[in-house]
Amino acid sequence: MTHYNKFTLANGLRVIVHEDHTTPMAVLNVLYDVGARDENPEQTGFAHLFEHLMFGGSVNIPEYDEPLQMAGGENNAYTTSDLTNYYITLPAENIETAFWLESDRMLSLAFGEKSLDVQRKVVSEEFKEHYINKPYGDVWHKMRALAYSTHPYRWMTIGKELSHIENAKLEDVKAFFFKFYRPVNAILSVGGNVTLEQVKALAEKWFGDIPSGEKYTRNLPVEPEQTEAHKLEVKANVPLDAIYKCYHMQPRSDKRYYAADLLSDILSSGGSSRLHQVLVKEKKLFSNIECYHFGSLDAGLLTIEGKLVKGVKMKDAEKAIQLELEKLQNEIIPERELQKVKNRVESLLAFEDMSLLNRATNLAFYELLGDAGLMNKEFSNYERVTAEELHQEAKLLFDEKNSNTIYYYAEN
Amino acid sequence: MNRSIPPAIKDAVEFDLKLKPYEKFTLDNGIPVYVVKSDEQETLQLELVFPAGTWYENQSMLALATNFLMKTGTSKHTALEINESIEYYGAYLNRNTFHENATYTLHCLTKHFGELLPVLSEVILDPVFREEELSVYAQNQKQKLAVNLQKCDFVANRYIDQYLFGEFHPYGRVSTMMGYDALQTEALEGFYKKHYTYNNCKIFVAGNLPENMIPLLNQFLGSSKWNGESHLQRLDLPIQPAEEKKFRIFNDENGVQGAVRVARPFPNRYHPDFPKMLVLNTILGGYFGSRLMSNIREEKGYTYGIYSQLYNFRQVSAINIQTEAGRDVCESTIEEIYKELQTLQNVAVPQEELDLVRNYMIGSILGDLDGAFQIIQRWKNLILNDLDENYFYNNIQTIKTITADELQHVAKQYFTPADFFELVVI
Repeated sequence: MTHYNKFTLANGLRVIVHEDHTTPMAVLNVLYDVGARDENPEQTGFAHLFEHLMFGGSVNIPEYDEPLQMAGGENNAYTTSDLTNYYITLPAENIETAFWLESDRMLSLAFGEKSLDVQRKVVSEEFKEHYINKPYGDVWHKMRALAYSTHPYRWMTIGKELSHIENAKLEDVKAFFFKFYRPVNAILSVGGNVTLEQVKALAEKWFGDIPSGEKYTRNLPVEPEQTEAHKLEVKANVPLDAIYKCYHMQPRSDKRYYAADLLSDILSSGGSSRLHQVLVKEKKLFSNIECYHFGSLDAGLLTIEGKLVKGVKMKDAEKAIQLELEKLQNEIIPERELQKVKNRVESLLAFEDMSLLNRATNLAFYELLGDAGLMNKEFSNYERVTAEELHQEAKLLFDEKNSNTIYYYAEN
Repeated sequence: MNRSIPPAIKDAVEFDLKLKPYEKFTLDNGIPVYVVKSDEQETLQLELVFPAGTWYENQSMLALATNFLMKTGTSKHTALEINESIEYYGAYLNRNTFHENATYTLHCLTKHFGELLPVLSEVILDPVFREEELSVYAQNQKQKLAVNLQKCDFVANRYIDQYLFGEFHPYGRVSTMMGYDALQTEALEGFYKKHYTYNNCKIFVAGNLPENMIPLLNQFLGSSKWNGESHLQRLDLPIQPAEEKKFRIFNDENGVQGAVRVARPFPNRYHPDFPKMLVLNTILGGYFGSRLMSNIREEKGYTYGIYSQLYNFRQVSAINIQTEAGRDVCESTIEEIYKELQTLQNVAVPQEELDLVRNYMIGSILGDLDGAFQIIQRWKNLILNDLDENYFYNNIQTIKTITADELQHVAKQYFTPADFFELVVI
């Protein structure tokens, strides 16, 4: 049970406070309700590039990192297709430094040409490091385009192409900031050795006078239901053949999401899971195979990804995967196996909650989903899934018409 | 309210960092158990440590393969059955091999500990090394290696350690396809019997512990002299650094980035310069505001990130500066790295920067000591290196009091560019 208090400032900024007096530390987390899905299709990669620019100084504070490091603090940030999240960890005595820094960059950035110029290069190197200069690095780029025709999940957070980042202009950056980075579109979560009264006073003092901004109403194009299997063959300079199969799953807030998540655990979570046991250990078709998804807020993709043992034919490997999926469609999962994946979730959540930073970040995330209190109900959402529901979900999810497959062949 | 004036802060030197003490128990057969309790959550971590690292192997990958394959079958149960009985409780049994030690670590909910300890005990006391499991392991590791060998950063990490320590030294030895092919179950069995013995075992536990933990540990790990007594000799092995200093390697003609490494050997943690270098290394490339990061990422945009690392190896350490930079700016990156090294030799670190780094480091240690799992980790590192809390407090003292002059003195001694190996792998 993660306890918390919640209040809203007059400008619309939602504030969550999680007191924990067993730690000497404090965390301040700011979540902005904007991700790569909110980008203009001609300016992809913008939400992420923007995250970099948030460290280039704000209207009253030329250097973001230095004063924080002086206060014994550390920080970082990440951007996903759904959201952008910034966090600071520091000794609780110095919590006001975090309020000062985060509120000033919510007020306004410095918007320097130099910062934009350098960060364009830095992000280009990040793009190369992760997506170009790595074997199989382009697969998600290709898969998103294969699986989505309409929804903005069809491009990656880093951007559809390097040129979008290289062509970013300062006016676009400013417009993006004043549209999304406003109190009314943000959630502030403070945790650790702090008190509710202290956070109320500090939030009012530092964030209270920031203009509210206009509430962003998300109106994204809806992905039509997929009616036939999509397939793509790729040949590249990689050492091993690989296969990627993606199935459209339900949005994060849908009841069916939990069934799909448990199915992915049944297929691949540890040495006793089905894909590893049957396809790696018994049939020796894959050197590794896993099933995962990104927990996307809108309808995401459940992915099965494996590297074939040298000499194994692609169609045999795919058939073996399909056989495992058919088993889930045709046979009810044994009670003990269902209990196993539920126990896994219980344990996972308990370990996740050990970290103060995770608790503060998760409270903000669940508030974005609709209510911070959902965090404490998460396990019961998994607990109530029945074997029959998993059976039904497997039938819908692993329908061949719902599949997107990339056959990734080694050139030589 | 004037937003350009920062709020008052409490300075690092004012923080009184305390390393919470451990409790020590001894099992009936003499195995020491180090314990840091905390009742705030429902979880626990139990780690078994053996002197079974790569240092002790006479064949490449023997230590790693032994450690890995212990979990793939016992005389009573198959790999699947073992995995089932751990994973049913949502627990994790992870294994790791390092240069000196090899470990088995259990993470679980406290309420399941009683069910899991017998499984852990069986894996440690009664593994059987089967041909079938070894061949699957070797095949899959070779496939993984083939993929990794296409990555410039992976290849660079292998080469730089070979240059620093020599390809036959345990710190410089790398995995090879041939090495995997040469592995035999008999050799694994022999390595296991010699290194995973009761008298070589140390146990570290943290978190919320069941009342009867010590009796349980006695029952499953402490009641016999399992695998007999084995006395291992740990001799220092001379390093054989490369004679050449500059290397350029083409791994992928079409690569758009190069992995840059600039590195030199450095004395180990027992040397008085080591704590001083911890501070100097942080200034150079140990945090986001470091000299290297400010210049090469934030000023020039050559890379997504650049770091300088101080190895914590037992016999001899090293300083290793590493980054992936755009293919056409790799040489400029190396030039800038040398400039930063020389600046630290020639110009004393300004007081403000030194204060900032002190505060940053102390704040970071304060955060690292938050929670029983983190505290036991600190203790483990001290105990396994035959050190005590004085070492920890001395390091804190160095961070709080080292002067710009002392830092410059250390830089003059160790930051001469000609002493460094440099490598670019594209």
